[in-house]
Amino acid sequence: MIEGFTALYIFMLAAFTGYEVISRVPVILHTPLMSGSNFVHGIVLVGAMVALGHASTGWEQAIGFVGVVLAAGNAVGGYVVTERMLEMFKSSKEDRG
Amino acid sequence: MNTVIQLSYFAAAALFILGLKRMSSPRTARGGILWAGAGMLVATIVTFFWPGLENYLLMIVAIAIGGGLAWWSGKRVAMTDMPQMIAIYNGMGGGAAAAIAAVELAKGEFGAASFQGLAVLGALIGAVSFSGSLIAFAKLQGLMKRAVRFPNQQFINLGMFGAAVIFGLIVFAMHAPTGALIFVFFLLALAFGVLMTLPIGGADMPVVISLYNALTGLAVAFEGFVLGNAAMIIAGTVVGSAGTLLTQLMAKAMNRPISNVLFSSFGQTAGGEEAAVEGSMKAIDATDVAVMMAYADNVIIVPGYGMAVAQAQHKIWELTELLEEHGVKVKFAIHPVAGRMPGHMNVLLAEAGVPYDKIFDLDEINAEFPRADVALVIGANDVVNPVARTNPDSPIYGMPILNADQAKNVIVIKRGKGAGFSGIENALFFQDNTRMLYGDGQEMVGKLIQQVKQL
Repeated sequence: MIEGFTALYIFMLAAFTGYEVISRVPVILHTPLMSGSNFVHGIVLVGAMVALGHASTGWEQAIGFVGVVLAAGNAVGGYVVTERMLEMFKSSKEDRG
Repeated sequence: MNTVIQLSYFAAAALFILGLKRMSSPRTARGGILWAGAGMLVATIVTFFWPGLENYLLMIVAIAIGGGLAWWSGKRVAMTDMPQMIAIYNGMGGGAAAAIAAVELAKGEFGAASFQGLAVLGALIGAVSFSGSLIAFAKLQGLMKRAVRFPNQQFINLGMFGAAVIFGLIVFAMHAPTGALIFVFFLLALAFGVLMTLPIGGADMPVVISLYNALTGLAVAFEGFVLGNAAMIIAGTVVGSAGTLLTQLMAKAMNRPISNVLFSSFGQTAGGEEAAVEGSMKAIDATDVAVMMAYADNVIIVPGYGMAVAQAQHKIWELTELLEEHGVKVKFAIHPVAGRMPGHMNVLLAEAGVPYDKIFDLDEINAEFPRADVALVIGANDVVNPVARTNPDSPIYGMPILNADQAKNVIVIKRGKGAGFSGIENALFFQDNTRMLYGDGQEMVGKLIQQVKQL
């Protein structure tokens, strides 16, 4: 478990990291980057897996199941569309097949 | 095993941050998503070995269903429909965060009160993001045509929000909240997400989707604290802050303060009288345009969403290549809101094969319009309307625009004589140096290609 202040420090540092990492992004990449960050929070999948794995009653299992379905959709869908968009970005100096 | 899991999560968190960093530059963007994808794969696989897990069969079936459907839909979706697809995948993430919270609250085995509080907070944010994103999807997909407004809407929304917060506090305060209470809490949160998104118009939706994206990140981070999962905390928080910044950048690009997007609507603020536009629109035919463009030195193409609707982007690129063979310098000028969200038009042009170094931002290209022999406007309207610079009474006054009107000649390809998306007459069309090429975008550009070939 990550307790109290350690958690708070991680939260603060990660928040600054996120802000800095994309602070100079050009407008042409806004849509793919939004899609990419949408993919990154697909990490909720690992949490949904743990929640379902610990579920005991029928209700918990049902909600956990829905959670994993949704999370897998977020992760896989986010990856597929981001990859499709970014694959098309080419410079005129590159060889186009 | 625990050490291996923690190390893998650590690696995944690092890969996410590096991936996002690479995704913020066009040169490295393609690699960025691969890095982030590798991180996700590693984190998912090691989670199967998390100690004390059960229900493996359910888990695998759920991943197969969710992942399979998303894979199938993601591969099929047209580039023009990308914004609503992002909205729905984002909503799913928010829903998943809310589901984690629901399971944890139902079990009620929190190590400390702060964790229970974070679970409730994450649940509230996740549920709002889930239902709100679904409404955003429905609007952009055209399932819901109009912004829904009714009297006292702001108060009703505020009341719904207050009710959700109160039930959240009750769920938080109780040592073992009953199932019914948790259920009501989630219902209220979901209802608030719907009500909050209903009055917002389609044109503002990108900003809202971006905001929900940031909110989902935050919800994921909070549930990460509850589960003691560092990968979720870091990835969720990074997306929460990056998404907030991105939302601000988008709102700035669209010249719409975020508060305006959320609490008022375009059209209601537009009360001013419109000055009548003087002059007349002058038509031209494709042959003359082809000659004009082929013998020009500098041509700037200003594409709008209408071009994408007409599926003319491939033809435009073909025309560009032809003109370049004639020694014409061709550049593309993209307004931040040229697509359906900032950057969307770049994706559509990239799909047609236009290299990104021929595509220029508003700030980069505006100084070049006076030197351009021809500005070809196709499917764009409000973003080239000079009244945004000149008429303080216009509803779009102050919006940054592309100064296509300053080019020596302006050619506008347009289907008919109607006004734009906002219903405002475009003064550019009535200028002395403007000629209108009436017709379907794809068909007209096809004609231009034929004519230029014959020269």
